[in-house]
Amino acid sequence: MTEPIVKFQDVHKSFGDTQVLKGINLDINSAEKVAVIGPSGSGKTTIIRMLMTLEEPTSGDIIVGGTNLWKMEKKGQMVRANEKHLREIRGDIGMVFQHFNLFPHMTILENCMTAPIHVKKEAKEEVRDRSIQMLDRVGLGDKLNNYPSQLSGGQKQRVAMARALVMRPKIMLFDEVTSALDPELVGEVLEVIRDIAKNDDMAMVLVTHEMDFALDIADKVLFLDEGVIAEQGTASQVIEHSTNERLQEFLHRFRK
Amino acid sequence: MITINAIIEIVPQLSRGLGITISVLLASAVFAYLMAFIAGLCRLSKNIFIRKFTGFYVEVFRGTSLIVQLFWLFYAVPMLFGIELGSNWWIGVIAIGLNYGAYLSEVVRGSILSVAKGQTEAATALNMSSFQRMRLIIFPQAVRMMLPEFGNYTIQILKGTSLVSLIGMNDILYHGDIIRSSNLSQAPLVYFLVLVFYFIIALPLIWLTRKGESISKKGVAS
Repeated sequence: MTEPIVKFQDVHKSFGDTQVLKGINLDINSAEKVAVIGPSGSGKTTIIRMLMTLEEPTSGDIIVGGTNLWKMEKKGQMVRANEKHLREIRGDIGMVFQHFNLFPHMTILENCMTAPIHVKKEAKEEVRDRSIQMLDRVGLGDKLNNYPSQLSGGQKQRVAMARALVMRPKIMLFDEVTSALDPELVGEVLEVIRDIAKNDDMAMVLVTHEMDFALDIADKVLFLDEGVIAEQGTASQVIEHSTNERLQEFLHRFRK
Repeated sequence: MITINAIIEIVPQLSRGLGITISVLLASAVFAYLMAFIAGLCRLSKNIFIRKFTGFYVEVFRGTSLIVQLFWLFYAVPMLFGIELGSNWWIGVIAIGLNYGAYLSEVVRGSILSVAKGQTEAATALNMSSFQRMRLIIFPQAVRMMLPEFGNYTIQILKGTSLVSLIGMNDILYHGDIIRSSNLSQAPLVYFLVLVFYFIIALPLIWLTRKGESISKKGVAS
């Protein structure tokens, strides 16, 4: 058994007086596909936002590839991580957002090319080829020079995925990526995620409301409720055979 | 007939002030833009002293009259501190630039703050440094948002340049005053023509502002 690529150790998070996460312990292995489900406000999104360094945990440790993400050693003591430390680890993580967050002043090709060129200092020609390839893969090879405002929601979200993938992350985070889409556009986005899950060997964490989809692609499903992981296991264990009442209730509401 | 003759007589005299008006406009606009970006970015600095200091500059220059600032630089500063700011032209440019720079710095600050938070987050997720986030993502979008307001303030600056006639600069208004003082009955016509002069100079600025508005509508996440 190899060391998990991500470890959460007793992670707490509060916003002001509101405790959102109350002790999260979680291992994610490399190449593992994890789905996080649960009622809204249960802290699902906060978990992956902390991993993406967009929120700092109130207490606890998040270990990524053996290194503590939010703490670093300084003169023999563990202190709060600085931007440089975060940047060293963050490079292995990519994220797709609920509201796409494409850069509106760039074409979709530029959206994909900017970070590899400026952040990873890769050669422009190589990045261009890879970006075109990736946009082709998500079905947008014919829109390279379009601006995000000219695309549908589903297309925007597929660009956002290509943009994250050209950075070649080891861990991909998906934050309710279909919630902002019109129902008829959900399918095309899920198809891309399914394709990534099948063919790429990165770890994936999906915060999602698409229960059937989660069941289909996830190796592990977490049910988050009131700030703790109330249930975890394989998809069929959690979704089909769990005895947790809150989970039953939650699933029941969903299936109606 | 008399009017047409008078116009033919007055217009060339007024246009002798054109050089001063336009050169003060261009120089003080450039200076104001520069101050706007410096002060606007400083107000977003993490350093509290830089923030407070620029805040003080902005509030003082926004909160007091431009004419008085001009007179301060022209009469008071040389007396009090023995600093000569060079020519009257420079005094005019510096006063107008500092004054409108203060206003425009608020436009710069507001635009940067109003770029959607998701943009910063997406840039962070792509592992950009804070400088890269500003340079590649936030700033280009903020500049688009600033364009209409920069156009508006540039028209304001044009009108503000007429104050330099009060510190002895021979701009359009100064020449208008001269003509009127030698021929009081022509005052209405003279000042009408002065207005026309300003309006004609403002036309390209108005057009640029419109252009700025249509550019700013595109390519911004909000």
